[in-house]
Amino acid sequence: MTYAALLGSLELGLIYAILALGVFLSYRTLNTPDLTVDGSIVTGAAVSAMLCSAEVHPLLALLAAFAAGACAGAVTSLLNIKLHIEPLLSGILVMLGLYSINMHIMGNRANVALLKSPTLYKLTQEAFSECSFTGLLTGGAFLLVLAVLFYLFLNTRLGYALRATGDNEAMVRASGINSNAMKILGLALSNGFVGLAGGLLAQYQSYAEIGMGTGMVVIGLASVIIGETIFECFSKSLPLAVRLTAVCVGAVLYRLAIASAINAGMPANDLKLISALIVTAALSVGPLKAWGRQLFVRKGGL
Amino acid sequence: MIRIEHLSKTFHPGTMNERPALRDVSLTLSRGDFVTIIGSNGAGKSTLMNCISGVIPADSGRIVLNDIDITRMPEHKRSRYIGRVFQDPLKGTAFDMTIEQNLAIAYCKGKRRGFQPGISRKERELFREKLSLLHMDLENRMTQKVSLLSGGQRQALTLFMAILTEPALLLLDEHTAALDPATAKKVLELTDLFGGNPDICTLMITHNMSDALAHGNRTLLMNDGRIAMDISGEERSSMTVEALIAAFDIQNDRMLLK
Repeated sequence: MTYAALLGSLELGLIYAILALGVFLSYRTLNTPDLTVDGSIVTGAAVSAMLCSAEVHPLLALLAAFAAGACAGAVTSLLNIKLHIEPLLSGILVMLGLYSINMHIMGNRANVALLKSPTLYKLTQEAFSECSFTGLLTGGAFLLVLAVLFYLFLNTRLGYALRATGDNEAMVRASGINSNAMKILGLALSNGFVGLAGGLLAQYQSYAEIGMGTGMVVIGLASVIIGETIFECFSKSLPLAVRLTAVCVGAVLYRLAIASAINAGMPANDLKLISALIVTAALSVGPLKAWGRQLFVRKGGL
Repeated sequence: MIRIEHLSKTFHPGTMNERPALRDVSLTLSRGDFVTIIGSNGAGKSTLMNCISGVIPADSGRIVLNDIDITRMPEHKRSRYIGRVFQDPLKGTAFDMTIEQNLAIAYCKGKRRGFQPGISRKERELFREKLSLLHMDLENRMTQKVSLLSGGQRQALTLFMAILTEPALLLLDEHTAALDPATAKKVLELTDLFGGNPDICTLMITHNMSDALAHGNRTLLMNDGRIAMDISGEERSSMTVEALIAAFDIQNDRMLLK
């Protein structure tokens, strides 16, 4: 792999780590696989790109991307809670609807280019022009701040209530917590992170595109599962801080895996299939181990 | 103090499966009462509890707790006044969180949950001190996940969490039914300890007739959605399990006769 390709996939990995933190919140903490992600990441990218091209400060654009993603997540949760639509289906409905909304945000264009507009990456590059790792450092610093804030939040009283809601709703309501409010908050926060990742991605690659969301939820899941699977080799029970780190590492590793696959000559069109296979493989580690053990025991008995 | 007036609940009304679970139940408990409830399956014991705790809405009637009408109050709001322990040991705690985190969640009942630290140092000290009352060595395992605890330890912890904020009412729905006899005995001892608090009103459902008479100060027998018998004082202390069975022809395979 070339040096530039390695650097590029590391930079991308740091952005996808934000997406992965969002997916971690819905998939692991709240126990609901949320398909809104495929739509809300584009919403974040579209909002961020449109605001950047309107010369709004890139950081403000990212804040707006977070808010837009959070709104999408809240709608998914409301469909589930108020109309009793299954979580998976609510996500699909919102994802579908978001396609049109995203088109509207982008001014009925399928893509928005940011060639001449300021982005966070361009700003930091201008500020530290002699450094050749600004992309890496920008993404890294952004991710670090976010992950630390996320960790601190999950250790507040509100954070405890949120985490317990995914574990045990009956207990949460018996403790005087409005579990529905927690679910809305959780999905809003999760999709806020996803929108933020989309916004940053748009600023990184200097464009937003309507089809960029396809398969993003799978990438997020892949990052969560890969990270956890690797870290669980060292310890079965991971403290929260380590789990969040694992998720971020998983996202970077996933990008590296994809980059090396392309480097090895795999056609870019096969990427999605490979992504699906990676997640399937990572999810099947548990059952495969169990089969292996059974086989071993059977042989041992003979 | 809790006052239940003409409470009724019918499941699946207007269908072939229509089943009245509570028929015009009225009941008044005073502060410090510890009431045991027995009755066969489908007698309405759990429905009564679920209506009080707000898990299911009552069809008609009123529930008044400490002069507050909670009949239409959402479950999580009335939880502020009510502590609960479920039959299933898995239902009372958040399994993926630590013992102290679970305690902190219970301890914040009725308090504002914002960006304050989840547990303060002072709270941790308080939990450690109070947990030692259980004599289960849980005070030295506070940072372990609840998923590592046995069913009995979880029920003890859930019971402890339920009374941590001194609720007006403690609801125990067959909370020892899933435990082995020795652990059940230990949890019942704790129940006596906490249920004996003169400020807490306790309702305990049990399938064990001798437990029903041995614990608390009043016993209700429910049958077909009604309170069929309500004994306390002299009448209750002279009651034996055999007399209880003789008085009411209870045919139920789950009823333990000893």
